[in-house]
Parts: sequence; structure tokens; C-alpha cells
Amino acid sequence: MAASRTASRITQALIVAIVVGLLALLVTTTAGHLQQRGIRSGFDFLLEPAGFTLGESLLPVEASDSTLRAFAAGLLNTLRVALPGAFLATLIGVLAGFGRLTENPLIRGLASAYVNAFRNIPLLLQLLAWYFLLTDLLPATDAALRLAPGIFLSKSGLALPWWVDGALEIPEPGGFGIDGGARLTPEYLAMLLGLSLYSAAYIAETLRGAVEALPPGQRLSALALGMTPRQAFVLVLLPQAWRAALPPVTSQLLNLFKNASLAVAIGYPDLVSVAGTSLNQTGRAIECLTIVIAVYLLLSLLAAALSHRLEQRALRGQTA
Amino acid sequence: MTLVNLRRRFFGDGLNTALTLLVLAAVALGLPPLLNWAVINARFAPDAAACEALDHSGACWGVVVEKAHFILLGRYPADEAWRPLLAAGLIIGSWLAAAFGWLRGGKLASALFAAPLLALPLLGGGFAGLTDIPTELWGGLPLTLLLTSAGMAGALPLGIAVAYGRRSALPVLRGLLTGYVELARGIPLVAALFVASFLLPLFFPDGVAVDMLWRVLIAIVLFAAAYLSEIVRGGLQAFPAGQLDAALALGFNRWQTQRWIVLPQVLRDVAPSLANSAIALFKDTSLVTIVSLYELTGSLGLALAGDPQWRPFYLEAWLFIATIYWLGCALLARVSQRLG
Repeated sequence: MAASRTASRITQALIVAIVVGLLALLVTTTAGHLQQRGIRSGFDFLLEPAGFTLGESLLPVEASDSTLRAFAAGLLNTLRVALPGAFLATLIGVLAGFGRLTENPLIRGLASAYVNAFRNIPLLLQLLAWYFLLTDLLPATDAALRLAPGIFLSKSGLALPWWVDGALEIPEPGGFGIDGGARLTPEYLAMLLGLSLYSAAYIAETLRGAVEALPPGQRLSALALGMTPRQAFVLVLLPQAWRAALPPVTSQLLNLFKNASLAVAIGYPDLVSVAGTSLNQTGRAIECLTIVIAVYLLLSLLAAALSHRLEQRALRGQTA
Repeated sequence: MTLVNLRRRFFGDGLNTALTLLVLAAVALGLPPLLNWAVINARFAPDAAACEALDHSGACWGVVVEKAHFILLGRYPADEAWRPLLAAGLIIGSWLAAAFGWLRGGKLASALFAAPLLALPLLGGGFAGLTDIPTELWGGLPLTLLLTSAGMAGALPLGIAVAYGRRSALPVLRGLLTGYVELARGIPLVAALFVASFLLPLFFPDGVAVDMLWRVLIAIVLFAAAYLSEIVRGGLQAFPAGQLDAALALGFNRWQTQRWIVLPQVLRDVAPSLANSAIALFKDTSLVTIVSLYELTGSLGLALAGDPQWRPFYLEAWLFIATIYWLGCALLARVSQRLG
């Protein structure tokens, strides 16, 4: 036994030596390349002026502001599209999931057509289509569609009533397009629609699977107890299915966060596209990508912790 | 189904009736204009003037005919078109063989691995009188299929190795591999592609220049292997321990047990999940357009972005590509079902 323990120690030491050796080789090669190209390394560039502005941002960024501020604005943009996206995806996913479980063949057909189409076309292709529809096919700003009083849709985005200085400001068509209120850009709308409809199709499928995986006796006994099919669904099937569906649904929502990085393809300035721009400006590829990877790992860890707590709570609900 | 039953299904109660009427109304309102656009008013010939005259009152399917080479094969030289077409045919053929049960077991596995290995030299050339075509010119559907099948073929052996490594008795090895899997699964593919595009060139020794295609393939293999290793690890964990004892009693050593008893059964058990991963990868290959490789999605942009005459018919070309992706996913979903 002692001999095998020594052998295992030697193997592990060898593995460590190989990994450290490879890393050292990697670091020296990389350092050599950086020196040849005259690229300095380090995170000091974060405090220097960014030298670029963002197409849109909750946190205003001037070219003279620090790169760190640009990264923060990028992260905020990611959250600005991913959080409402997660909410919409859950809502649409639950509705479509129910749709696939109803007795009405029309509704069932409609819901399965939706799930089938949106799951089997790449998200990037869907985002490009939304962006094309929102920019090329909509009327120009001076001929904006009036969806409802104070809500206008045009090539330049969606104008909505919004609180400005404590009062609700309603957009009005003005001399140069639409004045007042808040505006959502076509890039943002394409991301929001694309992300939420794509994830919702997966969530719908998960929910359907969870309900169908329940033993058929559950539904039959509920019906035998005199419940209507709808009562049986809402009071008996749904609470049980929800627990089984919780982990896969959280993982779908985490995917939505990761998929927000596709923003770079249609020019919405999320974290990854800010990192890409900064990388091109400064040449600090290692630093910029390290930040992106670190932020996403942190988000994954947070999501894992959150989902663990939700599952614990769901389990407590079961025993109570 | 009886009439009463039908009536209950469509008009069971107030909510059901309202939904049925709503859907019927939407179909009645939406279907005629849709048919008008897609079929009745549509132009099928690649005639730009006639298409423009339609002013979008009908679809211009001619754009697909006009841009077929660009959309399907990207910038690959036109007089060598048979090579990417044959390469695509090989890969699709191997998928069809899996989906319809033409081949089974070892033969099927060999076909799935051989298809991308044959497609690579066929696309690249530079031997036996085939012109050398640099990887920057590869594109369209063959590239999408190649990235998917070569990515899976590279990721599966690595994923199996990682899955075994994470069950090893050596804590250091387990820790390192767990770190790799969590890292790869925690980041978006776009970030991995940026690493392939900007960081990998810095890591290679002096004088070694690796094409973007190979760097992207390395990133895809490392990314997918993390997901596949989790699937295989799950299969290994679910393997009944009794069979291990039985193998031992029959005189198999540890290596033989894994090679002849455990792995064949585990791979058969997890095959549907592996096929589902192939679906995800098939769709994800569209992201390589972000680092300037023009597979199907990228070549759609390439074909239309710079052409003001045909660009207005982006939607028609988009629907063509979306249909191809949809069919590819349906084929792989059938593979998943068939292997289950």
C-alpha cells in the first residue's frame, strides 16, 4: 500500500511538473511575441482614456473616460438586455409550455410549431433576422408607426413614454423625428426579442418534459377526486413539475446570459464587444479576454449558488 | 374521435373557445397575404429588374438562384465546386447512415470519424493534381458541416479521456481537469473564439503561423470536449458495478474491462445525448462568422452585404439558409432518436 501511495505521489508530482513546464514555455513564448510587437502588458490601460464611445449605454462613456468605465458600461449593457430577457423568456416559455400541454389541437400545434422553429435555427441567424426586420423593413423616423398613444416604432427604434424629472414624458413626432420619452434602439430590441424567444422555446420544452414525466396516476387520481382537468393541472401536476424543471430552467437562463455575447454580431455594445473594441485599440488581448472570462465565470458561480438555494427552498416546500 | 370529443377539445369552455376563435381568425387573416407573397406573386427567376418591380409584394426567390454558389460554398473557387460539394456529401452521407440505420456500431462510428478526415484533404488539395485551396477561401455549407463533424470527432476522444481523468485516484489530475471543464462550460463560445483569434497566435512558437480555421477548430474541440466529458462521466457513473466484478471474475484486467465491457456500453447509453450535443454544435458553428470564417451564416452576409441590387431580398435568402439549418437539426435529432 505504501509503495502504491509513493507511486501516486510521484505521478502527481510529474503531472504538476509537466503543467508548470508547459505554462512556463507558454509565458516565455508569449512574452517574447509581445516584446517583438512592442505591446506592453498589465492592467494599467484600464485607467487610461478609452478612446472610443459606445453606441448606447446606461452609463455614459466619453472617449476621454477610463477604459474601466467602458468595461463597466459594457457589463451594464449585458445585464440590461439579459435580465429583462430572462424574465420574458420565462414568461413566454411557461405560456408556450402550457400551450403544448392543452387539449386544444390548434393551440398545441401553434406552440409546437413555435418551439420547433426557434430551437432549430441558430440564435445568431435569428438575431440577424430581427435586426434586418427592425432596421430595413420598418418605416423611417418621420413616418414612424404609432402602435399606441405615445408609442412609436421606426427604423430608429421604439419610442416610449418615460419619467423625466419626475414627470411622465410622452413622445411626440417633432421636426427631426420623435421627441421626448425614452428610446430603445433596434440593436437592443433585436437582442431582447432574439434572446428571449430562443430561450423561451427551450424553457417550454423543459416544462412540457417535466409535466409529461410525472406518473400518469397523479392526474388520474386528481380527476377521480373530482377535480376538473384544469384544476388537476394547476394544483397537482404543476407544483411537482416545477421542482423537476427548476435546475434545467436555471441553466437555460444562464445560457441566455452567455448568449448575450452574440451582441457583438449586430453592434450592441455588451461586455464582449467592448472588450473586442478595447482589444483592437490597445492590443492588450490577454488582459481584455481575461476580464471577459473572469466576469462570465463569476456570473456562472453566482447563478449556481442562486439555483442551489432555489432548489433547497423547493425541497423544503416538498417536505412541509 | 367522436364529435362530442372534438367539440370538447376545441370549444370545451370559454377560454378554449376564445383561443380557438383567435387562432382561426389569425390564420384566416394571415394566410392569404402570406401565400400571395411566398407563392402567387413570387418570382423564381434570378431577374433583378422583375424582382425590384414587385416592390416586396411577392417574394424574390431568384436571389437564391443568383447567389447559390456564394451562399452555399462561400468564396471557394467556382471551377473546383465539385470538391466542397463532395465533401459536404460525405459528411451528410455519414449523418444519413446514422439517422436511417444504414450502418451500425463500429462501422457507423468509423464512417462518422472518416467523413471529416476525408473532407479535409478534399477541400485543401495540394496533392494528386488537386489545386491547393487556402483555408481562408473555404466557406458555406461544407465549412458548417466540417466544423461540426470534425469538432465532434476531435472532442469525443478528448471528452472520454477527460471523463476518465476526473475519476482517477490522483487529486491533482482531478483538480486540473475539473478546473478545465468548469472554465470551458462557464464562458460563452464567442469568448473562446476570441481566444482562438487573438491569443492562440501569441502562444505558438516563433515562425509557426496557424490558419484561423485550425485555431477555431482547436477552440471548438476544447469547448465541446468539456460538455461531452460531462455526458460520458454521467454514463460512467451510472454503470452497474456488478459488471465490473463479473469482468474481474472472468479474468479481465482493468484496461480490458474498460475497453471491452464498460466503454462500449456507456457510449451506447449516452449516444443520444452526444447527438444532441452535435445539434448544439451544428448551430453554434454559425458564431465563427464573428472571427471572419464564412460558413453558411457568414456567407449569407458575404453574398448580399456588398450588393445593393440583391440586398433588399435578404429575407428570402435568409429563409433559404434557415431551412437548411432546420433540416440539419431535424436530421441530427433523428440520429439522436435512432441511437436511443
